[in-house]
Amino acid sequence: METTTLEPGTPPPQTGRTSGINDYGQIIWAMLKTGVLGYGGGPSVIPLIRYEAVTRYHWIEDDEFAEILALANALPGPIATKMAAYLGYRRKGWLGAVISVLAHIMPSAVAMIALLSAVQYLSGSAVIQGMIAAVIPVIAVMLGVMAYEFANRAVKGLGKWMGIAMFVIAFLLLQIINIEDAIVIVAFLAYGAIHFKAAGWAAKWKNKRRVRSEGGNE
Amino acid sequence: MDWLELIIGFFVANILGYGGGPASIPLMYNQIVTHYGWTNDAEFSNILALGNALPGPIATKIAAFVGYDIAGWPGLVLALAATIVPSAAALIFLLKLLQKHRQSPIVKGMTLLVQPVVAIMMVLLTWQMFDTSIHSTNLWQTLGIAAAAYWLMERKKIHPAIVICIAFVYGGTVLAHI
Repeated sequence: METTTLEPGTPPPQTGRTSGINDYGQIIWAMLKTGVLGYGGGPSVIPLIRYEAVTRYHWIEDDEFAEILALANALPGPIATKMAAYLGYRRKGWLGAVISVLAHIMPSAVAMIALLSAVQYLSGSAVIQGMIAAVIPVIAVMLGVMAYEFANRAVKGLGKWMGIAMFVIAFLLLQIINIEDAIVIVAFLAYGAIHFKAAGWAAKWKNKRRVRSEGGNE
Repeated sequence: MDWLELIIGFFVANILGYGGGPASIPLMYNQIVTHYGWTNDAEFSNILALGNALPGPIATKIAAFVGYDIAGWPGLVLALAATIVPSAAALIFLLKLLQKHRQSPIVKGMTLLVQPVVAIMMVLLTWQMFDTSIHSTNLWQTLGIAAAAYWLMERKKIHPAIVICIAFVYGGTVLAHI
């Protein structure tokens, strides 16, 4: 899968052959950042993880990121930690997974225990409230940009009309009919498994019709 | 006995929670307060308040705190492991299976069809975030910060971490006094 989709202006991929220690360093540094900067629970961390894994370190491509995100969503439990675990695993096996998760969760977990006595002050503080409020629009922009990029990929892969049809179906299922994310994802995966077969049948059927109508004209 | 209960309690709360950490909060409440009585309502809401004021995933913060509170550091490790390991292992297993069959048209179709769903999920999340932001500040602050963030990240290619730190400073100094 060498279909790199570098945005214009992104630096060229880092020299990939780094030493083992360096790999762990990358994982720890990337996951520390995503853990400490992600405010507002799982969803707000997703664009940060994508930035580190896809844009900055080029561990994976967007295709694979979408797959990981979709499956992480379809499985129960916290999403960001699952993604951290898989990314660590993909780079360095089980030890990588453990280190990645620890880097992602430990700073805030320890802060939680240390600070509980200060809870009244912290959660009532106008400064903290203001800080959180100012970060939310930034996260919204990152999510919006991600939405646009994934929509673009979907249209490229499926074609314009099929792509739009899939957006409409996904929107209807998720937002209007309000079906669980997990069920929608599994349904799309199930159709995806037969998509190329279905496209083959459709092409064959069209061909047959054309042949028949051409035959009728003669 | 505490240890076993910690493992079972956090395993159940998270294995039943679909849609990430925030979705499993009510389930964790059920286990922590209603079922095992590890804390009471007041303390749970304190934990939640602090969890929301700190960065990082929320479910793991709650697990870490309650585990530590009940059984010290071993409790913290067990509660965290019960929260994370089952679903993380399942994800790794499933993705490994996909990697193995990368070239099959079945997996290629699945990869392709996941893209539109992820795109729509992101659109909905974006909308939700803007909605939250408008409620916690106001429309003009939200649009202003969003426009500045877009310009910095997409046009100037500044690292999101730096943009978030700038937002922290702006929020702590300006938004705190509105």
